[in-house]
Amino acid sequence: MAHVTDFRYSIVAREDYSDVTFMLEVCHPLMARAARPGQFVIVMSHADGERIPLTIADFDAEAGTVTLVIQAVGKTTKEMQRTCRVGAELYGIAGPMGIPSPLGHAKKVVCVGGGLGVAPVFPQARGFKEAGAYVIGVLGFRNRDLIFWEDKFRAVCDELILCTDDGSAGMKGFVSQGVLRAISDHADIEEVVAIGPPLMMKACADATRPFGIKTMVSLNPIMVDGTGMCGGCRVKIGDKVKFACVDGPDFDGHQVDFDDLLVRLRRYKEEERVALERFNEDCRMRTVPEGAKVVSDLPRARG
Amino acid sequence: MAKKRTIRSIPQERTPVRELDPVERATNFEEVNCGYDESEALLEAERCLFCPEPRCVQGCPVGIDIPTFIQKLGAKDYRGAYDTIANTNLLPAVCGRVCPQENQCEGVCIVGESLAPVAIGRLERFVGDRAIAEGWVNVPLVEPNGFRVGVVGSGPAGMACAADMAKAGCEVTVFEAFHQPGGVLRYGIPDFRLPNSVVDAEIENLKKLGVRFQCNTLVGRLFTIEQMIEELGFHAVFVGTGAGYPTMLGIPGDSLNGVLSANELLTRCNLMRARDFPNVDTPLPLGKHVAVVGAGNTAMDALRVCLRLGAEKVSCVYRRTRAEAPARAEEIHHAEQEGIEFHWLTNPVEVLGDDQGNVRGMRCVRMELAEPDASGRRRPVPVAGSEFDFEVDEVVYAIGTNANPIIGQTSSIRLNRWGYLEADADLATSLAGVFAGGDIVTGAATVIEAMGAGRKAAVGMKRYLGLPSEEDAAAETEFGIPGGRRNFARVRVA
Ligand SMILES: Cc1cc2nc3c(=O)[nH]c(=O)nc-3n(C[C@H](O)[C@H](O)[C@H](O)COP(=O)(O)OP(=O)(O)OC[C@H]3O[C@@H](n4cnc5c(N)ncnc54)[C@H](O)[C@@H]3O)c2cc1C
Ligand SMILES: Cc1cc2nc3c(=O)[nH]c(=O)nc-3n(C[C@H](O)[C@H](O)[C@H](O)COP(=O)(O)OP(=O)(O)OC[C@H]3O[C@@H](n4cnc5c(N)ncnc54)[C@H](O)[C@@H]3O)c2cc1C
Ligand code: SF4
Ligand code: SF4
Ligand code: FES
Repeated sequence: MAHVTDFRYSIVAREDYSDVTFMLEVCHPLMARAARPGQFVIVMSHADGERIPLTIADFDAEAGTVTLVIQAVGKTTKEMQRTCRVGAELYGIAGPMGIPSPLGHAKKVVCVGGGLGVAPVFPQARGFKEAGAYVIGVLGFRNRDLIFWEDKFRAVCDELILCTDDGSAGMKGFVSQGVLRAISDHADIEEVVAIGPPLMMKACADATRPFGIKTMVSLNPIMVDGTGMCGGCRVKIGDKVKFACVDGPDFDGHQVDFDDLLVRLRRYKEEERVALERFNEDCRMRTVPEGAKVVSDLPRARG
Repeated sequence: MAKKRTIRSIPQERTPVRELDPVERATNFEEVNCGYDESEALLEAERCLFCPEPRCVQGCPVGIDIPTFIQKLGAKDYRGAYDTIANTNLLPAVCGRVCPQENQCEGVCIVGESLAPVAIGRLERFVGDRAIAEGWVNVPLVEPNGFRVGVVGSGPAGMACAADMAKAGCEVTVFEAFHQPGGVLRYGIPDFRLPNSVVDAEIENLKKLGVRFQCNTLVGRLFTIEQMIEELGFHAVFVGTGAGYPTMLGIPGDSLNGVLSANELLTRCNLMRARDFPNVDTPLPLGKHVAVVGAGNTAMDALRVCLRLGAEKVSCVYRRTRAEAPARAEEIHHAEQEGIEFHWLTNPVEVLGDDQGNVRGMRCVRMELAEPDASGRRRPVPVAGSEFDFEVDEVVYAIGTNANPIIGQTSSIRLNRWGYLEADADLATSLAGVFAGGDIVTGAATVIEAMGAGRKAAVGMKRYLGLPSEEDAAAETEFGIPGGRRNFARVRVA
């Protein structure tokens, strides 16, 4: 097998789904082989960068690539949107992290993705399909222009319910309403997997609770190392404290204390604002010619 | 050597070491202890009695030949002194700085019975720093033996094992989960105690021995320990992944914003360089009044980091007294000098929050020491009705760590009931060819003990691979085969 110590983390493909969402394919043969649905990576785009967690949205062991779908929401992700072109290299990417999603023996499942969560729920939908389950996909977008991966989901789902906030495509409403529709159509749903913003996952968990349907959610607290060493990612599950990076990130949605997660996600609000302002200022000062190839000039993480 | 030294004839005072001014240094990350210069080191070296049965050597967890190195230092044979230390200790510049010498070598030095003990640590640091400045490394001429060794974790345990196996002629690769190697030396211990340049120099030395470092590699998840042996072609593996999973107190308010573990604080500050935010991207917002719970080395580091990051008031909260505090004496002393407030015999019972979920205060209870318990330590018990509140806007827990679960989750290595890896006297684990040592076996300990464990595992590993080792050469002949030449058949892992 290829020499295990020759990692370069090059970006081999990129696609922009909207002005905030983009997809990167990173070359990492070992990771492409090891990745399982539900796992994530920690990425550092340059040596002074932050370590940010991103879900592995797809992996191809044959091509040796892992796929990340990123929403540009703050300094780091907006900067990546600008610098991560094909041919550039990431400073570091570590993983796969987290416990793979337990794709149990459920015969009929609903896989829900909203906003940030559409891409990350894909490997689970495919995993369930491969395990022989009947898969109902529920995807939520703000409007029809933001829709992506519809065909990818159609290929692995037996049914697909599209939801948009403004009704410009599919049904008008939130994914939790889509979940309720699936439940009313099928009395024998055994499991729901919901990934997306905390409020969305909370709404889905609330929707399934009266029916007693097992509902797994993938939590996204702020992380640093992703290896269980800092405790920054701790979440409350029932009466226990768990570290999402090593004890999760998947947990039983009916046990999760979402209010606690929401409060903790606000921890660095002020710093996030400062960083973004400085970044925007910086972008105004420095104009990169359209289409220029930006190859990271920072040293690579190599032995 | 000149005439025999006696306790009367040696310099009576321990040579003082220059330190940065407490007020000034509390605003920067410069190293506090400036170390001895040559004349100071030579003066202090005169205080060693060169005991024929040196107790200091027994006090050192790796048994450095202390009188010999001090003798060579005294004769200005610095290279010789370095070689003597390097025989047993790979990281003199590190250990000279961070060993709890008062409990180890210096704690039992005979001079210490009537005077202050010989400043062994400072002398060792002098030699280590000289070696770094001069670029000394002991790179033996070895024939590559074709064996490939994988080391998991780049802390002191992993570094030590890697060095010994490289010196034996193996091709060694160290895998580290973080983007930079060094373990706690990098992410935990701050620059004002152990500058990153020292860690870098030690890593460079390992590279000169031919050791390769592969960062961003989370072993267990990217590939398992079993795969390293079965698929990736490693003939033996050492696991030195440290302890690390931080303990929270488990009191109300634990999850408020502004409560964090010392590991998170130190990692953000040291590894991610958050102190330069917003020039780097990782933030570390700090309160005006920070309380750190605990009184070990980690707590002292957290306290002093907070002070340097600009907190107005920094308090240490500990349920026992100063005498029981596990930190190195020098660190407590330095923290006091810098203006840290100490609340001994105080235990938090609740962290108080505001309506935004932020910390606004802490409720504590006073403690008193009861009769010694089974472990011989006097047990702290709360004083009834002594609860009081004080204002803080940040709380840092430095109350210890548990075993990191990743290797346990992903391999079949046997764990003990606390989740640490089980290892025998040779530090072999339950998987053939896999050895382990350092904090992941013993629980949180010291740098020198982790390093010693890495070296001990290397001895076991050489035996397992059937490589001659100095340690075994001394051993007696068995079945007509000399110790160092004994061969141990390799076993395939099922
Ligand atoms: C396990 C895990 C998997 C993730 N997978 C993906 C993914 O596949 N694609 C993706 O785009 N993002 C994902 N995220 C979220 C991603 O890590 C954050 O969006 C990113 O760290 C933001 O960094 P920033 O500097 O650009 O923004 P910041 O300046 O840090 O934050 C900007 C805004 O984003 C919010 N935010 C910050 N951190 C998070 C977070 N951890 N989760 C949710 N919102 C956050 C903040 O509240 C703020 O409003 C995941 C997070 C976790 C923990
Ligand atoms: C803040 C602090 C201050 C301290 N001060 C002192 C002191 O003054 N004196 C003293 O003697 N001791 C001190 N100690 C204790 C000492 O640092 C430790 O006992 C020692 O570092 C343990 O070494 P180790 O090699 O076992 O593990 P570590 O140093 O913890 O290194 C383990 C390494 O393995 C990596 N790793 C973990 N899991 C994986 C994985 N699955 N794959 C790949 N890599 C992995 C980690 O990222 C880490 O880099 C201190 C500890 C702390 C936290
Ligand atoms: S390694 Fe530590 S204990 Fe041993 S001699 Fe040096 S300072 Fe003392
Ligand atoms: S015990 Fe003290 S005096 Fe004796 S050899 Fe050791 S350092 Fe020197
Ligand atoms: S991210 Fe640090 S413990 Fe999970």
